[in-house]
Amino acid sequence: MGRITLDKVTKRFGDAEVIPPLDLTIEDGEFVVFVGPSGCGKSTLLRLIAGLEDVSGGEIRIDGTAATELPPAKRGLAMVFQSYALYPHMSVRKNIAFPMKMAGMPKEEQERRIDNAAKVLNLTDYLDRRPGQLSGGQRQRVAIGRAIVREPAAFLFDEPLSNLDAALRVGMRLEISELHNRLETTMIYVTHDQVEAMTMADKIVVLRAGKIEQVGTPLELYRTPRNKFVAGFIGSPTMNLIEGPEAQAMDAHTIGIRPEHLDVSSTDGRWRGTVGVAEHLGSDTFFHVHDTGLAEMITVRADGEVQLRHGDTVYLTPQDGKLHRFDEQGLRIA
Amino acid sequence: MATQHSRSAARVMISPAVLLLLAWMLIPLGMTLYFSFQRYNLLMPGAHPWVGLMNYKLFIQNPAFWTALINTLLLVGGVLIATVVLGVLLAILLDQPMWGQGIVRILVIAPFFVMPTVSALVWKNLFMNPVNGLFAWLLPKLGMAPYDFLTQAPLASITFIVSWQWLPFATLILLTAIQSLDSEQMEAAEMDGASALSRFWYITLPHLSRAITVVVLIQTIFLLSVFAEILVTTNGGPGNASTNLTYLVYARSLLNFDVGGGSAGGVIAIILANIVAIFLMRAIGKNLDA
Amino acid sequence: MARAVTPQRKAINTIAAWIIGLLIFFPILWTILTSFKTEAAAVAFPPQFLNFDWTFENYTTVQERSSYFRHFWNSVVISLGSTVIGLIIAVPAAWAMAFVPGKQTKNVLMWMLSTKMLPPVGVLIPIYLLFRQFGLLDTRTGLVIVLTLMNLPIIVWMLYTYFREIPVDILEAARMDGASLRKEIIYILTPMAVPGIASTLLLNVILSWNEAFWTLNLTAAKAAPLTAFIASYSSPEGLFYAKLSAASTMAIAPILILGWFSQKQLVRGLTFGAVK
Repeated sequence: MGRITLDKVTKRFGDAEVIPPLDLTIEDGEFVVFVGPSGCGKSTLLRLIAGLEDVSGGEIRIDGTAATELPPAKRGLAMVFQSYALYPHMSVRKNIAFPMKMAGMPKEEQERRIDNAAKVLNLTDYLDRRPGQLSGGQRQRVAIGRAIVREPAAFLFDEPLSNLDAALRVGMRLEISELHNRLETTMIYVTHDQVEAMTMADKIVVLRAGKIEQVGTPLELYRTPRNKFVAGFIGSPTMNLIEGPEAQAMDAHTIGIRPEHLDVSSTDGRWRGTVGVAEHLGSDTFFHVHDTGLAEMITVRADGEVQLRHGDTVYLTPQDGKLHRFDEQGLRIA
Repeated sequence: MATQHSRSAARVMISPAVLLLLAWMLIPLGMTLYFSFQRYNLLMPGAHPWVGLMNYKLFIQNPAFWTALINTLLLVGGVLIATVVLGVLLAILLDQPMWGQGIVRILVIAPFFVMPTVSALVWKNLFMNPVNGLFAWLLPKLGMAPYDFLTQAPLASITFIVSWQWLPFATLILLTAIQSLDSEQMEAAEMDGASALSRFWYITLPHLSRAITVVVLIQTIFLLSVFAEILVTTNGGPGNASTNLTYLVYARSLLNFDVGGGSAGGVIAIILANIVAIFLMRAIGKNLDA
Repeated sequence: MARAVTPQRKAINTIAAWIIGLLIFFPILWTILTSFKTEAAAVAFPPQFLNFDWTFENYTTVQERSSYFRHFWNSVVISLGSTVIGLIIAVPAAWAMAFVPGKQTKNVLMWMLSTKMLPPVGVLIPIYLLFRQFGLLDTRTGLVIVLTLMNLPIIVWMLYTYFREIPVDILEAARMDGASLRKEIIYILTPMAVPGIASTLLLNVILSWNEAFWTLNLTAAKAAPLTAFIASYSSPEGLFYAKLSAASTMAIAPILILGWFSQKQLVRGLTFGAVK
């Protein structure tokens, strides 16, 4: 079981308040992703839950029991670090066994769980190697193995994929998602990569400067970002945000339109512009359109087969109902 | 970044070291200061009257102090110049591709591991002895008159011996620094058409400046306290010709049993060392932030 | 730097470096050679390099006449004793500073370093008088105490720089895995820091072995380590080169060998981590 409740949790380093009082509930079995730009406090928040840092105020409850004062070892949580944090002087087997050894678990049970974890994570052939002899992906799996054998109340992941190359990252993303489906244990996952957040999360928590900007499912965040920050942070390429007369015409300070919600035509449309750089990805093409009369350059996501070149004239029309409007504070206008 | 729990554990774990060093520093230092204001001689039992700055005055007015001060500066300066200049050259040479580099390195650093009393005795007897030393045989062969090094040029001879001991230290540190020089930077300079000399002048030397600073400062700390080499070779003589400040204070304290005068000398030595220490601490402190 | 050079250039480098290397090493070599000569051969002109009758007589004489091994043992006890005690005090301190740094950590480190800058002669009198008072003059205990305190800052600093290279993540992982502070230090930190602790030990044994201010001033005969014992050869009646050389060779050999193993750590230890 792993229901985690944060009640007015606050963190100060000296005079600097990095996390103002914050409330959040993470339901049992949920896959929650903390996402935000670097320095937004997401890792600090994770470390507060882990018990690696003291809270400056507020309460943390795990399964209804107060955990605020408990040392990390007593919270029943397992953590996977960005650097993997494997014990370099121990074999893979001993690394995975370490938390069970600390808990004083019987040897046979340890062996059983190690074998089990090794099978699940494809590590059976590597159990007697040292971490130094493993590839990045394998080390990552050892770190996960070390976490799952404890059968913790919740897993904490601190940017676990950021040290892997792009191809491996996609593979590991799937593996972690599958692991979650199989174990059905609460997972809290910290990342700065909104793609990871969108693809893996049941619930995304967008953070900025220690404050929660929005909590919701990936699609909620995509469809109805609560403010300009979330709108710009979720989705790739990022949403076009337009200010000025065009926005005022719609009774908004800023209007937003996602690149994939713009219709492209060579003959007519709402905005006329000139194609700048065209990025062909095969499946999609991203156009950067200038000289539309808008202050901002507009990014368009079009079909991969669309043949437009640098300097061509295009007409852009936002799709019905896909425009987002924001007021002067950047808040969404319903 | 840590929890209250680990912070209090840390405080407990650090305190023995801190308390011991605090005692080691404050108690003797306080005593030295205290004695330096008293007339106190171990040969003259009785009260130790308070004499104010008398000890300092006597110590400074004694011509031996000025000789010792100048000798100290000459010794430190001479060794520094010799070890840094030769050390840079030697480090560059050792950095070049060659056969048996590891063995040469071992040969070069060996003198550093020789205890000061041994190196002083070996140089004094086996080499510099005017009758039986190797130099006594070598000099006539080279067409030079025999020379009694430790009598005729005691300070220079000691400077030479100490330089031999410290050259390995300078070389090793400078070599380490040179090897950390990014070879791409060198190659880029070569591509830009820089000659070997200008590469040395504009890239190697600036790169070494920090290591040279560290060598100079650390050696100074140790060189201000050169003692065994003088005790073994010349006993500070002839006269005061090779007496440095450390030796002078030692002689005043443990040979003349003048606790008050020796303490005043000790305080002066501390002040001198602290002037150097301030610079050294800055250099090292900067590195701590990096 | 693995830059390509012509064989001629490499040959010139090699010859120059070897000549200079041998020149620097020569006094040590000459001492070792002399130790195997008879007293007459030791002072013979022209000097005999290898063409002399080798004898081990000097080594046995040195031991018989001056109980060399007692002084050797004093050196071992004093250098190892002060280093081990220093390590026991320094490991927890370095752990605290490396892994739980606070606002004062840097100041404490710098202050510790500053105690090292104190010239020994500045505190010679108080230490001498205190030792006399407490009956510590000419005892190994006394020297162990002084050398421990002398080298404590270096030991703390070296350990600190080694500990700092151990990622905090790994210790935190152990904490998450349920390890107590004690277990964290025993199972994770210490095994990972073994190379650093070993080099610290090595360097400090070398420094204590060769320490020649306190050992000369605080010992007479009983507790005199090799530094002080060798100094006794400086008296005029000590003019027997072969025996002097034998005693010197025995005094420097162990540390020379240890020293060659610790080249890299030497740089780091003596520069307080400023040059690595």
